[in-house]
Amino acid sequence: MLDTILIGLSLGSILLLVALGLSIIYGSMGVINMAHGELVMIGAYSTVLAQIHLGLSLFAAIPLAFVVCFALGLLIEKLVVRRLYGRLFDTLLATWGVAILLQQAIRLEFGLSFFGIHIEGLGPGLQSVKVPELLSEPIIIGEFLIQPYRTFIIVVSVLLAIITWLLMYKTRMGQQIRAIMRNKDMAAACGINVRKVNALTFAYGAGLAGIAGVMMSGFKTVMPDMGSSMVIDGFLVVVVGGVGSLVGTIVASGLLGQVNGIFAALSNDIIARAIVFGVVIAVIIWRPQGLLNYKGR
Amino acid sequence: MRFTDRISRKLKLGALLGAVSLLTSGLTHAAEEIEVGVLFSQTGGLSIVEKSLASATLMAIDEINAKGGVNGMMIKPLVEDGASDPKTFNEKVSKLVIRDRVATVFGGYTSASRKAMLPVVEKRKSLLFYPTFYEGFECSKNVVYTGAAPNQQLNNYIPWLIKNLGKKKFFIVGSNYLYPKEMAKVAKTLIEENGAEWVGDEYLALGHSEWSSMVKKIRDSGADIVLSNVVGGSIISFYREYANQGISQKDIPIASTVTSEIEVAAMGGKFAAGSYTSFPYFQAVDTEANKAFIDRYRAYTKDETAVTHHAMESAYSGVYLWAKAVAKAEGIKPNQIMEATKGVSFDAPSGAMTVSADNLHTSMTPRIVQWNEDARGTIVDEFDAPINPLPYAAYGETAGNLFCSESGVDSSKL
Repeated sequence: MLDTILIGLSLGSILLLVALGLSIIYGSMGVINMAHGELVMIGAYSTVLAQIHLGLSLFAAIPLAFVVCFALGLLIEKLVVRRLYGRLFDTLLATWGVAILLQQAIRLEFGLSFFGIHIEGLGPGLQSVKVPELLSEPIIIGEFLIQPYRTFIIVVSVLLAIITWLLMYKTRMGQQIRAIMRNKDMAAACGINVRKVNALTFAYGAGLAGIAGVMMSGFKTVMPDMGSSMVIDGFLVVVVGGVGSLVGTIVASGLLGQVNGIFAALSNDIIARAIVFGVVIAVIIWRPQGLLNYKGR
Repeated sequence: MRFTDRISRKLKLGALLGAVSLLTSGLTHAAEEIEVGVLFSQTGGLSIVEKSLASATLMAIDEINAKGGVNGMMIKPLVEDGASDPKTFNEKVSKLVIRDRVATVFGGYTSASRKAMLPVVEKRKSLLFYPTFYEGFECSKNVVYTGAAPNQQLNNYIPWLIKNLGKKKFFIVGSNYLYPKEMAKVAKTLIEENGAEWVGDEYLALGHSEWSSMVKKIRDSGADIVLSNVVGGSIISFYREYANQGISQKDIPIASTVTSEIEVAAMGGKFAAGSYTSFPYFQAVDTEANKAFIDRYRAYTKDETAVTHHAMESAYSGVYLWAKAVAKAEGIKPNQIMEATKGVSFDAPSGAMTVSADNLHTSMTPRIVQWNEDARGTIVDEFDAPINPLPYAAYGETAGNLFCSESGVDSSKL
């Protein structure tokens, strides 16, 4: 039984990792970032490239992927998202387009493959990442099996959640973000530079996706379309948790992770997945605003 | 190019004559060119494997053309992109068969893409060369199957695993679709016939990469071997999770029917070391013919580390089988080529391949490989001679009692 709960915890932590950045962007800016999964993918590829070309370990790739995706996030915000604020469906389509662009950029090696130049680590193929020994050998204590890598993911996602909470509630920047979340026009009237804050929020969310990518690269297949399924899971969490609620996101990831883990153990993964979707539909019907939500004015 | 040619011809001859010229252009062209379709996914999730199938097909066409073509005709490939999407395969095969009226289409990797192409090919009485190992249960007179049928992967495999490794309890795991489920059916019959048992038969959604619950189930099931029909990107996360949960390939090896050189290279040899795969062809086949084939393929793709694998070798050999059939066919209509395909043989890199006159599947030599740390395989078992294909093995078909013959499938036997 404890095994199952640990699996659920691990599944939940992975969901949280992906959903955290998505939740912040959606919550503060009302932008559904369809390219979030691709930013995760870029994070994973940063790890692959850093390992092949710079000889960096998985740990060193974490800050690197954050910086890469932060910069990419700033760029996407400046070029696309900024021009489409308040137009929900347009941002949805536009960021989806960005997602396809990013996927193809990796697949075509930024277009270099047209000229016959091949960069090791890019292209349409499957990539793999070396996991440090420290994280790959399972620890067995009696009946129990502790997987260091999954434990590491749990630790990282909890840390990121704490950092994000501190940013949102203990800094001036966070105060401004929360003000914008509640009422954008009023915040602007109070002298908050909404554009600048939004750009940084978007970039921070993208950076979090980058870190998620590093973590995923260690035990999932790294390939150009690895992100598209993740963004769906991320949205489930955001919708269940409630838009703009950090605590809601954490609770929802935990809940969905456990539901998935428990039903996978009782029946199988396919039924468990269907039940997860069932739970999401039920939540949407009974609590359209999500489990925890303070927005509503 | 082709399109503009046509337009200019139309303009010269006028609308009425143009229509006539279009009708006859197939005949006048035939003297020097024979058009074939090459339909694999150039984009999307499956492109990694399917591009290699397309390259192998085109390489064979180039080789044949370099030697003067077939009966003096140059083979002209029309390459289309299936985009990893069965619906696109259906549209593109319609275009190739109906508009271009190609003599044959080479294409398809997943069963879903084959099933999407099948109605078009059958209705239009065209011909498809399908190069992938698949689940059987088909007896089409419009498809030549140059990949392994289930019995060519499993009939040698399961008895070998039971007798040589002393395994008794199988856990069957697969992706949730047609191929793995049919393979599981064949496997279960063979497991029981050989005095072993199966303790689990579980599936995970196609493309799913979260294996924690499933691998835990395998650990708890008491199985001493896992038969894996898992396909695609899921394979890598499966083998990795297996190691992460501390299961050794020595104690409970994974015996796969899908994991090829491509996936092993991608996951890293460390995770595959000790596991097994059964195919008629591996890069490790130790013959001069195969070494030359690998060199030619690497030169052709300009990639010194390119791997060769079963479906791709079948795609390559399929073109040669087809060319031999065309050489002796009465004409280049699809059904004439199909008739001529029966009994055609080719010395493929994997050994002799012969198209069965009964079911249009291909006989080939089963082999089993054990993967090493360096991501290369060692062939641990190999049949002396090719064995005949049995697409209905899951339903009790044997060499002495064929379900699929020249007259079609005998449904009373099912």
